[in-house]
Amino acid sequence: MIAALLFWLFAAVLVGSAVMVVTARNPMHGVLFLILAFFNAAALFVLAGAEFLAMVLVIVYVGAVAVLFLFVVMMLDIGAARRKGGWQAYLPAGLAVGAVLFAEVLFSLAGWKLMPAAVAVPQPAGLSNTAALAGVLYTRYLLLFQASGLVLLVAMIGAIVLTLREHTRSRHQSIPRQLARDHRETVVLLDVPLREAPVVPGEAKKQAAPAPGGAE
Amino acid sequence: MIAWVLAFFATPLGYLILTVLKALAILVPLLMGVAYLTYFERKVLGAIQLRKGPNVVGPWGLFQPFADAIKMIMKETVIPSGGNRALFLFAPMLTFFLAMIAWAVIPVNDGWAISDINVGLLYLFAISSLGVYGIVIAGWASNSKYALLGAMRSAAQMVSYEVSMGFVLVSVLLCAGSLNLSDIVRAQQHLWFCIPLLPMFVVFFISALAETNRAPFDIPEGESEIVAGFFVEYSSMAFGLFFLGEYANMFLMSALTSILFLGGWLGPFGLWPVLGPLWLILKICILLFVFLWVRATFPRYRYDQLMRLGWKVFLPLSLLWLVLTSGALLAFGWLPHA
Repeated sequence: MIAALLFWLFAAVLVGSAVMVVTARNPMHGVLFLILAFFNAAALFVLAGAEFLAMVLVIVYVGAVAVLFLFVVMMLDIGAARRKGGWQAYLPAGLAVGAVLFAEVLFSLAGWKLMPAAVAVPQPAGLSNTAALAGVLYTRYLLLFQASGLVLLVAMIGAIVLTLREHTRSRHQSIPRQLARDHRETVVLLDVPLREAPVVPGEAKKQAAPAPGGAE
Repeated sequence: MIAWVLAFFATPLGYLILTVLKALAILVPLLMGVAYLTYFERKVLGAIQLRKGPNVVGPWGLFQPFADAIKMIMKETVIPSGGNRALFLFAPMLTFFLAMIAWAVIPVNDGWAISDINVGLLYLFAISSLGVYGIVIAGWASNSKYALLGAMRSAAQMVSYEVSMGFVLVSVLLCAGSLNLSDIVRAQQHLWFCIPLLPMFVVFFISALAETNRAPFDIPEGESEIVAGFFVEYSSMAFGLFFLGEYANMFLMSALTSILFLGGWLGPFGLWPVLGPLWLILKICILLFVFLWVRATFPRYRYDQLMRLGWKVFLPLSLLWLVLTSGALLAFGWLPHA
């Protein structure tokens, strides 16, 4: 009874916040509603008895992915989107995509049933669902599991290759070099004669040429 | 009478009341602890810097936390113009809320946890990874460049250190064979994990410093460059909630370190098991002292040094140690039965 009520509560908030993600004017609010949607999905997992999946959903999506979303949205500095005309131009394409997705959901719902092999597996009492999941994932589906890891690795390397540039202008500090410095190369003892301007090595050049950063 | 009370607690309403009472039994001492941690911090810093610390309000300055609390409540809550009012007020509440709900799974003694769930460790990891939202939302909603800079630094920092922290947690749970915090403590009956996993213990504690934004990793606040970072615009109780949240997080991280590496409620060499919770409190206090000691000793890290430490030192180290741990467990047949 309470579980059913909670299910409807979480499901309603989930759908509501999912709608708000696409309709919110302020992109920042959109991301925050997305996070709320993730949370409610995690709560639904808990109600279904899949506490491991719930926690992983929160850790991966809320704790890492959505933080990056938020970061990017904050950086882009998009104000609240103004209502723009011309949405009719996108209407046919949007409707077509929606119709295809809806048809897919209908077909999969109609043809959906538990795999006989999965139903036949007896559920041992007292086995936590983390252990049960690991037992299947690391034995029967080990190859698929590793393959999905490889796919992620490829994606990661791709992202790094695409974004990494030669940082010729960045002031990179080499930590070993920094640690290897000692007083002999940093401190200069000058014998300064009285009533005469001292000549510091490097100082004359610095004054002659303007600083590389410009004169602002 | 006792039978009647027990029967009442078995009803749904009674169960609810019992849970609330349990939560209060954790939260009230925790908040008192937070109040006195601020006093303790000022006294320790004072002693290290050859000063006296607070010594005016009450005997030995013992009422100082209350004076601070009253001052904070009496002040005006200023909301910056151009800021986002709702999110501005939501951020400190979120920070405080997260620091409190994490305590639901902390076992204070054998079987003394409000909720002894099977995925306790993952729950704590999830909650601590949410801490970044309080800071990012605060920084954005303040409509101030210093706050935004602080928020950005903090987001990058907390996400980076979570990665190596996750690997440390994996090596601990490999040794314990469970994600349940009580089971992890029971697995340390004979040997605390800080001995076989000593490098991970150090990495975890340093990452905990970074996760709680404490010195030497307090660059999200960085008062010498960005004033007070993400909470520069906050005043009154909104600031107070951030403050309480930060100190409660220090408590939480100390408790987590004690449970994962220092045997939680177990005494050293199985000494006086009756003392259970007191052992845990003692360990938490020692770790908190180290937090303060570190703050008084080390200068703040520069931002690029912080990132280098997280990604180029801790991540490879914890990954290597994870492989070593699992290899050793497998080779010597020490794997705990799942």
